[in-house]
Amino acid sequence: MKKLLIILSICSSMAIFIGCNSTPTKDDFSSKEETTETPAATTENGNPSYDPNRGEGKFTKVDIGATLDAAMATSGEKVYGVKCSSCHKTTDEKLVGPGWKGVTTRRTPEWIMNFITNTDEMINKDPAAQAQLEICLVRMPNQSLSDDDARHLLEFMRKNDGVK
Amino acid sequence: MKNFKLIALLSITIVFAMSACKPKNLGNAVSADAAAKTYVAPGKYDGFYNFVSGGFSGQMSVYGLPSGRLLRVIPVFSVDPEKGWGFSEETKPMLNTSHGFVPWDDLHHTELSQTNGEIDGRWIFGNANNTPRVARIDLKTFRTAEIIELPNSAGNHSSPFITENTEYVVAGTRFSVPSDNANGDVPINTYKQNFKGYLSFISVGKEDGKMDIAFQIECPGVNFDLSHAGKGKSHGWFFFSCYNTEQANTLLEVNASQKDKDFIMAVNWKKAEEYLKAGKGKKVPVKYAHNTYSDKTHSATSEIKTEVTVLSAKELKDICYFIPCPKSPHGCDVDPTGEYIVGSGKLAALIPVFSFDKLMKAIAAKDFVGDFDGIPVVKYESALYGEVQKPGLGPLHTEFDGKGNAYTSFFVSSEVVKWNIKDLKVLDRVPTYYSVGHLCIPGGDSKKPNAKYLIAYNKITKDRYLPTGPELAQSAQLYDISGDKMQLILDFPTIGEPHYAQAVSADVIKDKSLKIFKIEDNANTYVAKGEGETKVVRTGNRIDVYMTCIRSHFAPDNIEGIRMGDEVYIHLTNLEQDWDVPHGFAIKGAANGELLVMPGETQTLKWTPDKVGMFPMYCTDFCSALHQEMQGYIRVSPAGSNVPLTFSTGKNMPVATPEKAK
Repeated sequence: MKKLLIILSICSSMAIFIGCNSTPTKDDFSSKEETTETPAATTENGNPSYDPNRGEGKFTKVDIGATLDAAMATSGEKVYGVKCSSCHKTTDEKLVGPGWKGVTTRRTPEWIMNFITNTDEMINKDPAAQAQLEICLVRMPNQSLSDDDARHLLEFMRKNDGVK
Repeated sequence: MKNFKLIALLSITIVFAMSACKPKNLGNAVSADAAAKTYVAPGKYDGFYNFVSGGFSGQMSVYGLPSGRLLRVIPVFSVDPEKGWGFSEETKPMLNTSHGFVPWDDLHHTELSQTNGEIDGRWIFGNANNTPRVARIDLKTFRTAEIIELPNSAGNHSSPFITENTEYVVAGTRFSVPSDNANGDVPINTYKQNFKGYLSFISVGKEDGKMDIAFQIECPGVNFDLSHAGKGKSHGWFFFSCYNTEQANTLLEVNASQKDKDFIMAVNWKKAEEYLKAGKGKKVPVKYAHNTYSDKTHSATSEIKTEVTVLSAKELKDICYFIPCPKSPHGCDVDPTGEYIVGSGKLAALIPVFSFDKLMKAIAAKDFVGDFDGIPVVKYESALYGEVQKPGLGPLHTEFDGKGNAYTSFFVSSEVVKWNIKDLKVLDRVPTYYSVGHLCIPGGDSKKPNAKYLIAYNKITKDRYLPTGPELAQSAQLYDISGDKMQLILDFPTIGEPHYAQAVSADVIKDKSLKIFKIEDNANTYVAKGEGETKVVRTGNRIDVYMTCIRSHFAPDNIEGIRMGDEVYIHLTNLEQDWDVPHGFAIKGAANGELLVMPGETQTLKWTPDKVGMFPMYCTDFCSALHQEMQGYIRVSPAGSNVPLTFSTGKNMPVATPEKAK
């Protein structure tokens, strides 16, 4: 009888385990789109610390001419009209986001091009971008700019800042 | 003996332990590891898409499996104010028919496009059962791309089943009716003389999916119920179940259940193609709508077509053959090899399985028992492979696992029965809760089933969920069929009434999903590409507002100079180019829905002001921290007012003096 009771209790505990176990097993369908965040202290190319002058993104060195590329600037102005002008003025007046006047003297070409193409990551990481977010309170949307769009916009910003 | 006692004891304790930790009304059919098998952690993707018909909601729902999470409801045949479907000027033409704008229908079956008999993840089709139509949904956008109406038809039920390379989508009329160009003003009891059944073969463009009615086959007046294409060896044939071969026109419940056998109709569509090429079709005047939606112009166009080519099954003797099938067949399903055709007689106590090889021999040998209205009737035994004896009550639909097994739903006895196709023996049965209709196995009607799960769609749920008044949800139940025994692992409510459904591994679809519409490619007539292009234009009493939106304002957001009697068209372009940032638009008192505008898209709301005053408008889809600031005003003045037409954003115009305000 004693034996039977032991068996019974073992069975019960086993059964309860089987019956009530709701711990999820590792599922087969994990999303591959895991976040790609890297620690704030290092960059993808292995630099020990984040370079706030360059920002985070694909542009490491942007060659700009001593004079303006007028064709590029015109193309950039068109992109501005469609994708930027809703929120940014070309003066120093803040609309939704900051005005563009003087931006090419405040930021490096690399920082600007990284910010406008890799906006979410920059807002998550860059101190200057975060400071702007505290002022504007609207995260700048990623406007799906091509590399050329971004370069042309930079040239338009230079024109706006008086580069001839 | 001792061992036996121990096992008995063990099983009793398991049962006891299980019931002790589950709510009583859950039933005892759920096994212990069900939660683990259906748990998809927050932030993780499901492994399968499940496209479920929305029945009398007219829409199609998309669930993730195994979690049963509702991912999206795709508006198809019914208006959807939430998404502006049928309310925006751009989408209204999608619901146009030969009867004009029809705001509702009943979507019964879904079918994913296939290439070589395998699901290719490009499109999914749905049928309208009331005002007969077929819709094609683009799986890059999960939106209805095209709807075609079917002339000479009434109640498109045996649809939208496809051939193995999506050469055709078919549509068979449920109600036989006098043809559209015949006089329909005849006594109803002249059914036998005047009523005909039409099968439509809709061709599907190989690259663009564009639908076109290639031909119709005129058949005797019966009810066409369900269908499936042949595949593999039987590619080139289509099979339709038919009931009401009594040709009754009243109290069908009794009068269409008289005969011992109705029919499965085998249609040689390759032969029909030959006749069509040889010019044997008759061009018949009809009227039907063909509606297409463009992702470039972001708008739909509706074209009324006026002709269809009809082949007569009676005159062209070797297109159609009837196979007797016991008692009002419903499901008509073809196994993955294409050899076995399963008919399910709603009132039969057995399941007949027909052999394609035997059918071909019987047709070649003219092994007929007579004809029905000029169509040869093949001898039952000559086409029959065998019968599944006493499988259950009220067999309806069959799906396949690609491992030689079939799964049939039984409405009356509320169960799913697994049986082996070769030896016709029942292998397993599980209860459903309750009154199951259709079944779905991922790829279960294709050449390559992916038989991890089976989903049963139930008509009645009664005590399965918390009561919600007289109307209760229908449900889906998920079974793990990877082992020998079917195992119920999940139960979830559905929208509308779920009829047929399709499921497919998420990998086939998810990476092709579109994230935004490129603003550069937007070719809508009323697009404003940037705030510089926004304007308000008066043409007589028509006002066109070219408006943009971006987080978080409209441009313009102040409009004055609208007068009573004006018709205002607000063309809203979403300038966002980021995934998952739609903006909504609503204006007070509009006898219309809202707009929901995807990034890069333009949609138009027509608004006829009904009184003088101030009309606020706002963004309805939470877009940013300043969403609640995304608003504006439109001022409406009396007819004949001289308030000038002005519009602005961000300009704080000086407060007008009382004199100026006049």
